[in-house]
Amino acid sequence: MHMKQVERWSPWLLLVAVIAVWQIVCSAFNVSEFIFPSPLRIWDQFIEYRALIAGHAWRTFWVTMVGFGIAIVVGVLLGFVIGSSRIAYAAVYPLMTAFNALPKAAFVPILVVWFGIGVGPAVLTAFLISFFPIMVNIATGLATLEPELEDVLRVLGAKRWDVLTKVGLPRSMPYFYGSLKVAITLAFVGTTVSEMTASDQGIGYLLISAGSSMQMGLAFSGLLVVGIMAMVMYELFSYIEKHTTAWAHRGSQGE
Amino acid sequence: MTDSAAPWFVDFQDVWLAYNDALLKQNQFAVEAIDLKVRQGEFIAIVGPSGCGKSTFMKLATGLKMPSMGKIRIDGQPVTGPLKISGMAFQASSLLPWRTTVDNVLLPLEIVEPYRSNFKAKRKEYEERARKLLQKVGLAGYEDKFPWQLSGGMQQRASICRALIHEPKMLLLDEPFGALDAFTREELWCILRDLWTEQQFNVILVTHDLRESVFLADTVYVMSKSPGRFVVRREIDLPRPRDLEITYTPEFTDIVHELRGHIGAMRQAGAAINQ
Repeated sequence: MHMKQVERWSPWLLLVAVIAVWQIVCSAFNVSEFIFPSPLRIWDQFIEYRALIAGHAWRTFWVTMVGFGIAIVVGVLLGFVIGSSRIAYAAVYPLMTAFNALPKAAFVPILVVWFGIGVGPAVLTAFLISFFPIMVNIATGLATLEPELEDVLRVLGAKRWDVLTKVGLPRSMPYFYGSLKVAITLAFVGTTVSEMTASDQGIGYLLISAGSSMQMGLAFSGLLVVGIMAMVMYELFSYIEKHTTAWAHRGSQGE
Repeated sequence: MTDSAAPWFVDFQDVWLAYNDALLKQNQFAVEAIDLKVRQGEFIAIVGPSGCGKSTFMKLATGLKMPSMGKIRIDGQPVTGPLKISGMAFQASSLLPWRTTVDNVLLPLEIVEPYRSNFKAKRKEYEERARKLLQKVGLAGYEDKFPWQLSGGMQQRASICRALIHEPKMLLLDEPFGALDAFTREELWCILRDLWTEQQFNVILVTHDLRESVFLADTVYVMSKSPGRFVVRREIDLPRPRDLEITYTPEFTDIVHELRGHIGAMRQAGAAINQ
C-alpha cells in the first residue's frame, strides 16, 4: 500500500527534486539570468507576462487542435484504405514511410510560399507530423485478422465490409486511441516549430522573440506552457483510451 | 431429378486440390483422390498426422476452396461457394474480446441470411435462443461476461455455440478440444455428443486424438500425409448412447489400438521413403 502511494506520487517528487537542484545550482554558482534562468526567475516572468503568454498559448492550442483534427480524419481514412486492401498496402506503405522520414520542419518554408505567414503553415505542419502514427495504427489493427475467424465469417457469406466493420474496426480501436496519445504530442511539436519561423503569434513565435530580446525567463515559460498543454492532452487521450477499450487493458484491471 | 434424390449428404467424388496453378502443373496436391460418402446426420471424424491436409479438407467441405479436380456435392447441391449451411469452430476459440459471450454467439446471425435482414427486429428472440444454447452447454450465468473472463474450456463451449446458432446442417470442428486439459476435454465430448444427439446435424471432426474420434464418431477416416488421402475407413459400431465408461471397455480400446496401428504403419512407411 505504502509502495503504491510512492509510485503514484513519484513523478511529482522527481519534478520537485529537479526544480530544487536547478534552483540550488543557479543560486550557488550565481548563474546569469540571461544565460540560464533559475526556476524562481522563470516563475516571476511567467506571472509578469501571464496575459501575453496566455494569448500565445491559446493560439498554439487551437492551431494544434485543428491540425490534429485533420490528422485524425486523414489518418483514419488512409489507414482504413491501406489496412483493408493488400494492393493499397503494398503501394502506399513504402511511400508513406519515406515521407515520414522527412523532417517536417523542412516543409515550413515551402508552406510559407504557398500559404503565407500565419495559421496555414502551422496547421499543416501539425497535421503532417501527426497523421502518420494514426494511419499506421489503424492499418495494423485492420490487417491483423486471425485466419480462422475469417473462415468462420466467410463461410456465412460475410462480405469484406462485414468483416471490416464487425471485426476490423473494433479491433483497431485500442491501436487508434494509443496512436492519438503519440500524435497529439507530435502535433504540438509541429505547431511550435512552424510558428518559430512562419508566424507572428503562438508559443513558437514567443520563444523566438523572447530569445532575441534576451528574456530567457519568458522563453522558458513558453516551453513550460507547451509542455503542460501536451501533457494534459496526452493524459486526456490516455483516459479516453482506458475507458472506451477496457477489453484491451484487462491485465491492468485485475478483473 | 436423380441428383436431388442422391442419398448422400456429403459426396466427394475423386477430389484433388492443388493450392495454385504452379503446384498443379508439378502435380503437387494438398489432398488427393478423396472419395467420401456421408449419410444425413452422420458424425465422421478425420484423424491423421499434422500437416496431412485435414484443414484443406475442411476448406473443401465448406466451399471456401474449390477442388482442382473432381466433384463435391453437399446436401444434394454441387458446391459453388461458401456454404452457409455450415458452422465452424477451431482450436482457438477466436471470440471477439469486446463482445460479451452472448453477443459473440449472436455474431453469425448478424451476417447470415435470412437472420441478417430481420436481426434488429427480432433481436430479443435471437438473444433468447443464444442464451438457451449457452445454458445447454453449461454456460448459464456467464452469458454477459466477456470471453477473457472465461476459462479455456468455457471459451470453447461458447465458440461451439457460435458455430451452431444459425442451426447449420453441418458442423465442422478443427481440433476443437486440442488445447484443453484431459478432464475438460472429456466433459466437452459429452456436451458435443448431447447436442448432436438432440439436433442431428452432420459433424465433421478433425482431430488427432484417436480416443476422441472413436468415442464420438460413427465413422473414422485415417488420412495419410503427403499425399493427403484417406487410407482407412473404419465404422465405429459401438452402441449409442455412448457413455464415458465405454472408453474403458476392451471393444473401445481395440478400435483405438487398430487405428493407432494404421497411423504407426503410415509413419514408418513415410520415414522409410524420406530416408
